[in-house]
Amino acid sequence: MSKLIMNRRGLLKTGAAVGAGMAMPTILTAAGHAGYTNAPTGSTVTLGFNVPQTGAYADEGADELRAYELAVKHLNGQGDGGMMNTFSSKELKGNGILGKEVAFVTGDTQTKSDAARASAQSMIQKDGAVMITGGSSSGVAIAVQGLCQEAGVIFMAGLTHSNDTTGKDKKANGFRHFFNGYMSAAALAPVLAEMYGTDRTAYHLTADYTWGWTQQESIQAATEAKGWQTAANVLTPLTTTDFSSYVAPVLNSGADVLVLNHYGGNMINSLTSAVQFGLRDKMVNGKNFEIVVPLYSRLMARGAGENVKGIFGSTNWHWSLQDEGSKAFVKSFGEEYGFPPSQAAHTVYCQTLLYADACERAGTHNPCGVAEALEGFTFSGLGNGEVEYRAEDHQCFKDVLVVKGKENPTSEFDLLEVVQVTPRAQVEYAVDHPMFAGGALGACNAGG
Amino acid sequence: MDAILLQILNGIDKGSAYALIALGLTLIFGTLGVVNFAHGALFMIGAFVAVTMGKVLEISKITLDPVKTDFLGNPAKIKTPYVTEWFGNFGFWMIEWSVLVSVIVAIPVMILIGIIMERGLIKHFYNRPHADQILVTFGLAIVLQEIIKAVYGANPIPQSAPDLLKGSVDFGMMIGMAENSVIYPLWRLVYFCFSVLIIGGVFAFLRFTTFGMVVRAGMADRETVGLLGINIDKRFTIMFGVAAAVAGLAGVMYTPINPPNYHMGMDFLVLSFVVVVVGGMGSLPGAVAAGFLLGILESFASMPEAKEYIITALEWVYLDFDFILTFIKGLDQIVIYLVAVLVLLVRPRGLMGKAGMMEE
Repeated sequence: MSKLIMNRRGLLKTGAAVGAGMAMPTILTAAGHAGYTNAPTGSTVTLGFNVPQTGAYADEGADELRAYELAVKHLNGQGDGGMMNTFSSKELKGNGILGKEVAFVTGDTQTKSDAARASAQSMIQKDGAVMITGGSSSGVAIAVQGLCQEAGVIFMAGLTHSNDTTGKDKKANGFRHFFNGYMSAAALAPVLAEMYGTDRTAYHLTADYTWGWTQQESIQAATEAKGWQTAANVLTPLTTTDFSSYVAPVLNSGADVLVLNHYGGNMINSLTSAVQFGLRDKMVNGKNFEIVVPLYSRLMARGAGENVKGIFGSTNWHWSLQDEGSKAFVKSFGEEYGFPPSQAAHTVYCQTLLYADACERAGTHNPCGVAEALEGFTFSGLGNGEVEYRAEDHQCFKDVLVVKGKENPTSEFDLLEVVQVTPRAQVEYAVDHPMFAGGALGACNAGG
Repeated sequence: MDAILLQILNGIDKGSAYALIALGLTLIFGTLGVVNFAHGALFMIGAFVAVTMGKVLEISKITLDPVKTDFLGNPAKIKTPYVTEWFGNFGFWMIEWSVLVSVIVAIPVMILIGIIMERGLIKHFYNRPHADQILVTFGLAIVLQEIIKAVYGANPIPQSAPDLLKGSVDFGMMIGMAENSVIYPLWRLVYFCFSVLIIGGVFAFLRFTTFGMVVRAGMADRETVGLLGINIDKRFTIMFGVAAAVAGLAGVMYTPINPPNYHMGMDFLVLSFVVVVVGGMGSLPGAVAAGFLLGILESFASMPEAKEYIITALEWVYLDFDFILTFIKGLDQIVIYLVAVLVLLVRPRGLMGKAGMMEE
C-alpha cells in the first residue's frame, strides 16, 4: 500500500501545473483566432477587395477599387474624410477600425464564379482577410457569399442586382447595400405607365442567368400590374455579341415596347442593335415604339453612346444627386481621380464604411457581432436618404432612382438624368414575397 | 416570309464578317502553311484603328467656359477639335465620316502590322508543327488584346456611322413587300456590300494580276516557283500583309454595328476558324461560301420560332427530356459546331478542300 505524501512545495507545483493546464485552451484560442476566423492580432486589420480586374467588367472593377482605396484612406484618417463626415453614425474617428490601421488585399473575380471563389479563398486563407467585399455580377456575388458563409467571414456584396442574392440564396454572413430587380421594377413601372400609358405590350429580351431571370420576372409583374401585356420573353445566352437575330422579329411581334433585361456588354450590344433596327422611329399599335433598360450603369451607358438618349431605366445612385453625402463623396472621389464616381464605386464605398462602423458599434471584428450590429441598422448621410439594413434578409432598403438617358449631355459623364427619386416605401416588399422565397438566412458562422 | 427574309439578311450580315476573317485566315494558311490564331486579333486591331482615328480627329483645343461649371464646380472645359479649326467644314466632315477615313488609314497600317508580325515572329515557326504555330499565334493574340485593354480599357467604345448611313431602310418595300414588313439597318447593308467588294477585290487581285498569278502558282507548287528564280517568300509576306488588311478593314467597318472592345477578336476567331475548316483549309471560295452559309444557319437557329418547332417535334416523338430542351434553347450557340462535325464526317477535307491540305 502506498501513501500519498503532499508537502507545501508539492502542492504549489501541482496547483500551478493544473492551473496552467486548465488555462491553456483559452490562451491558445485567444492568441490563435480569438474564436473567429482571421481575428486581427497585430496593429492592422485586413480587408479583402474582390473585384473584376480582368474580363469584360474590368473598368467597373477598377472604379470599385478606386472607391475602396478612398474608403481605406478615410478610415485611416487621411484625405478629407468623404462621407464619414455626413454619415449619421459617428463611431468612425479616422483611426482605422477598432484602433487598428486598415490594410487591404485585392483579388480578381474575372467575373467568373469559380475564379471569384478562388481569389476570395486565397484572401481569407493566405492573407488573413476578416471581411470580403466587391464584385460586379450576381452569379459571382452568390458564389462568394456562399464561400464566406462557410469560411466564417462577413461578405459585403458589391454590385449585385439579382433578387436571389438576398432572396433564395441569402446567407447570414452576407449583406447587400445595392438595390435589386424587384426594387427597379417597382420604381420604374409607375413612371413607364405615366409616360407611355397603361395600354402597352412588352417584348422582353433577357440575359439567361440568375440576374436576368429575376429582373425579367420583376419587371413583367410590375408592368402587368399597371395594365401592360407581355408578348414574349426570349432568353439570350450571356455570350451573345450580335443581337440582330433577336431584335429583328420584335417589330412584327405586335409589341410596342422592348424591355432589355441585359447588363454590361449585353446591354450595350442589344440596345445598339435595337436602335439600328429603327425600333424607336416606328409606330406600332398607333403608339411610338419604346425601349426600356431596367438597370442602368453610367459606365455602360457610355459604351452605348448616343443610343441611350431618352431611354428609361433605374440606378442605385448617381453622382448628380445634391444631398450632402453624395456631394461629399463626389468631391472626395473627383479630387482624387479627376472624374465622378460610378454607382458601383458608391455602393462599395458605403459597404466599407458600414462594415467599419458595425465593428466599432459591436466592439469586435467577430462576424457574428458585426452581423448583429448591421441587422436592423438604420442610417442616413450616405447618399440614398434614410436607409435600413433589414434584419430578416440583410437587404438595404432605400430610395430608388428612375433615370433617363440625357438628350443633351454637357460632358462625357453627364449621360443620365434623374427623373424621379422613388421613395423607399414604394419599393419595399415582405420578407416572404414569392420572388424572394425558397432560402433561409441560417445562422451566422464565425468560423474559428 | 418576312421573318425568314429578316434572318437571311441577318445571316449574310454575320456571314460577311465571318467570310472576311476566314478569307484572310485561309489565305495565310494557303500561302504560308501557318494556322494563324492571331487573325481575330487583327480584326480587333482594325476596329481600334477606327477608335484611334476617331480620337485623333477629336483632339481639341481647350478653353474655359466663363459660365458653366464641371461636376466639381470648376469652370467647364470647351473642346474645339483642331481639325475643325484648321479645315472648317471639311474638318466636321472628317469627324462625321471618321469610319471611312479610318478605312483609308487602316490599309497601310494593317499591311505594316501584318508584315511586322510575319517577319518578326511567325516566319520562325514555318518549319514547326501546326500545334506550335497555333500556340504561338494564340499567345500573340492574347498579348495584343491585353495591350489594347491596357490602352483603351475594358468597356466598349461606341463609334457612329455617318448620319447619311444611320438608321434603317424598309427593305421589304424595296422588293415589293408590305410596308414595315422587313426593316433593316442601313449600315449593316453597307457592311455586306463592303465585304462583297473586298472579297471580289481579293479574288480579282489573285486572278487578274501578275503578282496574284505568281502567288497562286506558289500556293500550288512553292518549290517549282522558287526554282524559276522568283522570290516567293517575299510575295507570301506581302500576302500576309494583305490578309491582315482584309481582317483589319472588316474590323473598321464593324465598329458602328457593335461598339468595339478588346475581346471582339476572340469572339470571332473560333467561329472563323470553324468556317475555314468547313469551307476547306486553304480554299478561298470555300471560306467565303462557308462564312455566309454558317452565318445564315446561326441566324435561323437563334429564332425563337425555330426553337419552338424543334421542341414541338421532340414532344411528338417523346424526346422532350429536360437536358435535350436545355440543349435546344442554346442551339444558336452550338449550331455552327454541330454543322462542322457533320461536314467533317461526310467530307473530311471540308466543302471545297483539296487533297493534301493538313494531311501530312
